[in-house]
Amino acid sequence: MDEPTLLDALADDLDGAFEPLVRARQNRLYSIALRILGDPTEAEDAAQDAFIRAYRALGGWDRDRIRALRLDAWLATIVVNVARTRSRRRGTTAGRESLTFLDDLDHPSAGSADTPHGRLGRSEASDAWAVRLLALPERYRAPIVLRHVDGLGYDEIALALERPEGTVKAQVHRGLGLLRAILEAETRAPAIGSGPPPGSSAPSRQMTANPSPRLQEVPR
Amino acid sequence: MNATLDSRALAASDAVLADQLAGLRALAPATLLPRTLIGVGLADAYAAIESPIGPLFVAFNGLGVAAVEQAPDGASFERTHVERFGRPAYRVTALPARLAGAIGRRLAGDRRVRIALDLRGRTQFERDVWTKALEIPRGEVRPYGWIAAEIGRPKAVRAVGTALGHNPVPLIVPCHRVVRSDGLIGNYSLGGPHNKRAILSAEGLDPDRLEALARAGIRLIGSDTTRGYCLPSCHAAQRITDRHRVTFRSTAAGHQAGYRACRLCRPGSAVAAA
Repeated sequence: MDEPTLLDALADDLDGAFEPLVRARQNRLYSIALRILGDPTEAEDAAQDAFIRAYRALGGWDRDRIRALRLDAWLATIVVNVARTRSRRRGTTAGRESLTFLDDLDHPSAGSADTPHGRLGRSEASDAWAVRLLALPERYRAPIVLRHVDGLGYDEIALALERPEGTVKAQVHRGLGLLRAILEAETRAPAIGSGPPPGSSAPSRQMTANPSPRLQEVPR
Repeated sequence: MNATLDSRALAASDAVLADQLAGLRALAPATLLPRTLIGVGLADAYAAIESPIGPLFVAFNGLGVAAVEQAPDGASFERTHVERFGRPAYRVTALPARLAGAIGRRLAGDRRVRIALDLRGRTQFERDVWTKALEIPRGEVRPYGWIAAEIGRPKAVRAVGTALGHNPVPLIVPCHRVVRSDGLIGNYSLGGPHNKRAILSAEGLDPDRLEALARAGIRLIGSDTTRGYCLPSCHAAQRITDRHRVTFRSTAAGHQAGYRACRLCRPGSAVAAA
């Protein structure tokens, strides 16, 4: 569903339109969170959290403000911020309580996770790319994820990340350069920098491992 | 090799990179939608708990506990729930540990434990009635009229009964501790009067003895040592020994005998509104 349709519906009847919004955007918010955080459980939590924040914000706004929203850029802002906060707090949220559903959730829209590689991506090749992406410093990773995984325009990414459009373009360019450097490093020294070995299904925790330590940001 | 070739190779590899990254779009897990709807209160999660009257279903969402209900099985609970609340209920394996612990402590008589409730769409009067019912200690009962007087609506005795009948979270809000103004146990929304008696018995009260007193016209029990009188189930009244127990048919009779009302159970509220 496109932005104007969703926004009209949300402005008219938030409660009625919220489920269609989640159905229409859940794969995008989940993908952004997954590629920033690397962990499917954390990503689901972050996407859920982002949708709940969006619902609460929309509930306090009048119709004109909702209609004027840049919906996808706004949702991206929320999920990136939630993912960043989670990323900083990682390891401290052990007491999290999650709901375990008893029934198979085979609702019409929601059967996606059962498809092969549904949660992590298409294949081992894409697992390897997910690992490379996680090796990027965060300031390059978010713009790259929004531009090339989610497909947002540069103007929307600039809004979402509150950075000038020129900065975003430069960061995407630099990020791609770093990814290329990672790939080259893997080719030179496969034992150090390669993705998961053939035939192994990479456990999600391993995806946070940094295959190229020299690219890590210096802690500030 | 020249510069042109190099830059072509770079451009190609940018496209390849973009293509690989586009392949990182993932499908959200099937649980994300229900979890999100539950989080904002557009759906509920539910699980069974044990109670003195057998298993009960507890439905909750991000705002709090929405319903406590008896049902033969999950499927019929879900049907009733969507009719009553207009939103779906998803079965989960168990209540979140914190919520389960809080409900357990509340049922065991801890009135200080806080349990968030989802009472959207309920009137202020209903909330007042339910909040007042929360003050009644485990193992004690108060008449409908007592609630009406305590919330400043002494004439609204019938409305109090109706509000208690609409209590969506029985046991958590102990409407079973509110009885008829003539002292009889009265009706109960969660499966009928039989369940009300069973829950009160499980809380240490003897419903038969209470009704026997009511039928004998005894509304108040006093102590000739403290010179105070209480509602019969007040824990202060239960400590009075046979030797010192006196009974009254009304607060007026108590006052005439030189007794004053107990400050814990405030029987004046009950009798004034009866």
